[in-house]
Amino acid sequence: MATRTIKLTVAALGGQGGGVLADWLIAIAEANSYIVQSTSVPGVAQRTGATIYYLEFFARAEAARAGREPVMALMPVSGDVDCLVASELAEAGRAIQRGLVSPQRTTLISSTHRAYAIGEKSAMGDGALGTVELLELVRSQGKRAILFDMESVAERHHSVVSAVLLGAICGAGVLPFPRASFEDAIRAGGLAVKTNLAAFADACELVQRGGADPADVAPRRRPLPPVPTRAQTPTLQPLLERIHGLPQSVQQVALEGTRRCLDYQDPAYAALYLERVAGVAALEGAAGRDMLTEATARSLALWMTFEDTLRVAQLKTRRARFERVRAEVRAAPGQLIEVTEFMKPRVEEIAGTLPVVLGRRVLASTRLRRWLNRWTDGRQIRTTRLGGFVLLYGLAGMRRWRRATLRFHEENARIEAWLRRLAALAPAHYELAVELARAQRLIKGYGETHERGWRNFSQLVDLIDVLSARPDGASVLSRLQETALADEEGVALRRELAALAAGSQSAAASGVPA
Amino acid sequence: MAERSFAREVQSLRLGAGEEFRGEGILAVTKALLQAGVAYVGGYQGAPISHLMDVLADAEDILNELGVHFEASASEATAAAMLAASINYPLRGAVSWKSTVGTNVASDALSNLASAGVRGGALIILGEDYGEGASIMQERTHAFAMKSQMWLLDPRPHLPEIVRAVEHGFELSEASHTPVMLMLRIRACHVYGRFTAQANRRPAFSRAQALANPTRDYGRIILPPSTYEQEREKIEQRLPAAQRFIAERGLNEVTAGAGGAIGLVLQGGLYNNTLRALELLGRADAFGTTDLPLYVLNVTYPMVPEEWQRFCRDKQAVLIIEEGQPEYIEQAATQILHQHGLATRILGKEVLPMHGEYTVDVLRAGLKDFLERWSPRTAEPVAVDMTREAPLLPLGRLAALVPPRPSGLCTGCPERPFFSAMKLLQKETGPLHISADIGCHSFATLPPFNMGNSIMGYGLGAAAASAFGSPPGKRAVSVMGDGGFWHNGLTSGIGNSVFNKHDDVTIIIDNGYSAATGGQDIPSSRAANEQRQGNNSIVDAVRGVGIKWVKHTHTYNMRETLRTLREALNSDYRGPKVIVAEGECQLNRQRRVRPLMRKAIEAGERVVRERFGVDADTCTGDHSCIRLSGCPSLTVKENPDPLRSDPVAYVDNSCVGCGVCGEVADAAVLCPSFYRADLLYNPTRWDRFMHRLRAALIGWLQESSERRRLRQTV
Repeated sequence: MATRTIKLTVAALGGQGGGVLADWLIAIAEANSYIVQSTSVPGVAQRTGATIYYLEFFARAEAARAGREPVMALMPVSGDVDCLVASELAEAGRAIQRGLVSPQRTTLISSTHRAYAIGEKSAMGDGALGTVELLELVRSQGKRAILFDMESVAERHHSVVSAVLLGAICGAGVLPFPRASFEDAIRAGGLAVKTNLAAFADACELVQRGGADPADVAPRRRPLPPVPTRAQTPTLQPLLERIHGLPQSVQQVALEGTRRCLDYQDPAYAALYLERVAGVAALEGAAGRDMLTEATARSLALWMTFEDTLRVAQLKTRRARFERVRAEVRAAPGQLIEVTEFMKPRVEEIAGTLPVVLGRRVLASTRLRRWLNRWTDGRQIRTTRLGGFVLLYGLAGMRRWRRATLRFHEENARIEAWLRRLAALAPAHYELAVELARAQRLIKGYGETHERGWRNFSQLVDLIDVLSARPDGASVLSRLQETALADEEGVALRRELAALAAGSQSAAASGVPA
Repeated sequence: MAERSFAREVQSLRLGAGEEFRGEGILAVTKALLQAGVAYVGGYQGAPISHLMDVLADAEDILNELGVHFEASASEATAAAMLAASINYPLRGAVSWKSTVGTNVASDALSNLASAGVRGGALIILGEDYGEGASIMQERTHAFAMKSQMWLLDPRPHLPEIVRAVEHGFELSEASHTPVMLMLRIRACHVYGRFTAQANRRPAFSRAQALANPTRDYGRIILPPSTYEQEREKIEQRLPAAQRFIAERGLNEVTAGAGGAIGLVLQGGLYNNTLRALELLGRADAFGTTDLPLYVLNVTYPMVPEEWQRFCRDKQAVLIIEEGQPEYIEQAATQILHQHGLATRILGKEVLPMHGEYTVDVLRAGLKDFLERWSPRTAEPVAVDMTREAPLLPLGRLAALVPPRPSGLCTGCPERPFFSAMKLLQKETGPLHISADIGCHSFATLPPFNMGNSIMGYGLGAAAASAFGSPPGKRAVSVMGDGGFWHNGLTSGIGNSVFNKHDDVTIIIDNGYSAATGGQDIPSSRAANEQRQGNNSIVDAVRGVGIKWVKHTHTYNMRETLRTLREALNSDYRGPKVIVAEGECQLNRQRRVRPLMRKAIEAGERVVRERFGVDADTCTGDHSCIRLSGCPSLTVKENPDPLRSDPVAYVDNSCVGCGVCGEVADAAVLCPSFYRADLLYNPTRWDRFMHRLRAALIGWLQESSERRRLRQTV
């Protein structure tokens, strides 16, 4: 038979234990009297960057027959890799980019989970690159593609991804070594043997079954619940009737919005929400369209339930929230945990929860501000202790007086102005109105973040008249929303707005619509 | 304590004659040094040779048995100067560092060493940090060999060859009274392989003998007229002696192949990848048998003209496979052939790229080109899929789907809160000129921090801001690591700013180790270490060179750090201001703390483990927190709110509970979504009682609000 070197590449992230994996594979190969060479490129790559481990295997017997040692390469070569193992989906993509996955040769084993890169995480909106498309692309590569979520397998066994990778390699049968010697290597390693073996076995058998169905990539948005025919609370049936009265396509969003407002305030508030939605629906109902109502129902629900101090207190003291925290931090059943909140209401937030007049006075007076400032210094509240919990619980209870607060007063005024704008715009500039309805997504976060969002939003609103004069007004507004999320300092937005102003001026001068 | 313990590797240093050594290339070198009877070893850590230092640091007892002196030199200059011991005495000495950066630092001593010449073998082991994974500017060590007349070994990346190169290196050095450099590329340092060991040797001549009767030779002093005589010696005696030794001992390898009119000349270090490229082109087998004549330069400087003539004489064309630029070997070869009137066509950089790493793919392309021109294929290529050369899938799409992954600070890194503070500071002051340095903190020049205007070299952060020492406007800020500080920053930066009455701000980041190179101890390390004298205060040191304004801050206390930074920038004090920002390297800390915690928990002691989280239903998906921290464990996940589409922040289970999240949320007035969870192990009776009490009351309140909620649902 022709001399045959087995070539295996592991594409991983720094800190995922690729070194440990390489050591295991070396031990396994030598136990099976194979000559093995492994190389890696540590250094900076170690620190959270993308890195590659490369191993070559050659049967000792064959070398003996030839009476020579094989010459082994120190790096993977495009089109010449038998097995490519990627510990994360994007790394599989990177390996494909490097040409390390050949349709004739390579068994591709990859995790389907994503470890988001800093560029994706730090985006002001949704910066995640097209995971679903990437998965499709990866699946189409290699002689054989075995895909599953390695992270969840590792988590399930409180193990590490390197053990899962080893299991996958064993299960894929790309190395001529018995499963037993894989397990021996883990035992010989001596660290976290039990959990590692469990993760190994799970992954190994998963791969032998051909890998899990990789359709397990999370959808971008959670589905909305269906609209019931009867309200759980009979007295609220009228609200449900109103929802039924809305266009089919809007009902689910409206239901979600209604429930949100009920939870946030009271039935009257939910009724107000539906009234406002119905108003918009009436506007476009004639034209038999519903995009505007859909967008408004969604944005309005978020805006009407703006996160003021009372809302935060409410959400923080929920039982469901306590349970979620336990799950998230992996508290063992019955294990005691303490939860500390990092709240830092500024004077603005405190004033916002005061009655309008009082709140205004506080904000106006520097003396009061200074006095209050002493209380804004980094409040750390223990919600698992009585004092802390009661404080927040009390705050949450204050929401029955929310309508009197300064913050509510301001937000409500802004909402009504926005709705009037929509109503005025809809008949003549429908698409533009839809975009304005969507633009609410710019307003989010707390403190300065919230102020920044509101600033950007207002800038776009001020532009409406200019935009309504342009045929491409709607698409410009939608582009501007993206631009507003391009950077914190608003550099990109300022540039674009300036360009826009200049453009419209020159257009006005020449009398041609821009 | 280094990033990992090398106890196992240390044992392999004890292997006796005939036993098989298994391990990394750089460890093979370490073993080879002991086999060669080295008398003293020094060096400065840095990828890819750190492990040589780490293993020897853990091998004190073996070194004592053999009477070998080892030290972790203060800098590469120190290490190079250490080789002076081999000028007067027949002592074999070896030093090691990362090249070319380390060689730059060492150059002064190296030039003088090379001029004086050596009696005992002097070997300089260099990790050539070039190509993928390199962390420094791309240059060649080759130039240093030429300018100072030192010899350069570049052995095949095969453990037995590397080990032989160490022995040959010493012999060559002694035969030609010249220091010898042994360079290993990144992958060769980390390649796992095996070789048959020999017994370790005590040095033939001991340091004690040297000190008992010191010998002195004015001819070895770097002063005229000796220096002129030394230059003559270099050219008339040492060079010919070296060339003789190389030829007689056959350090370079020639394989005739099937003869033929063409041949390949290659650096030994490129042998394996070149042979793989030939195999893929159908011109070699898995054992490196090829029909092409090869001339393998395990010594790349000096070259041996006779060998070149002999190899090229009967050939039409020869391809020189030489990585990096300028193409020194190709130039010299062309000159040799020209002088000896040989018409052989020399090809090199005209078929292979002038710059960049010679990967197998690059070599395959270049060789294909060369062979097609000069030797139409005689054999069939082995069945290897080449379709990648013409990709059959929309790789264009991939470019848009695969994100770049810049290196970053580790989870829980103490430098993170510091740079977050710097980011907040610049929101107040506007952008500052920040002079960055070498070390983990270099990563602050990458996202999400994106700060730092220049990097001038290890420990040179402060020096690099000198031009702004008398600020016409905002004060310049420079950053320096504790490693760089002790390496040279204390004098080149701090001392300089005192002497020149700078009015600037220098931050010394004190994480307790030379962290970026593997967590080695440095003079200010606090960890206990019998062999070294640690706990030397950085604050005292800067006071010692005349700093009057020095403040100490803990990086995890962001408010304090921010206050100190503000003060330094705005203070009326005219003069250099130094801030020592302390926080222990988390990699090392976790290595120390984790096992202890596990033990304590198993022993039934009351233990509290902290970790952080984000409330998905209060997080609105703006990610300011991530832009301010960039912690690997702080990531994003799908938004549970069906009305929102922006992903929410989320702390995964790699969180080590360092506390930065809380600090950032607090100092930046971010949002109320962060929480800290204290997980309690082995609670006391009292704990249980209080918890039951609280749970009961809290549960009752939650129950009633739940009931209220359920009374109002559609």
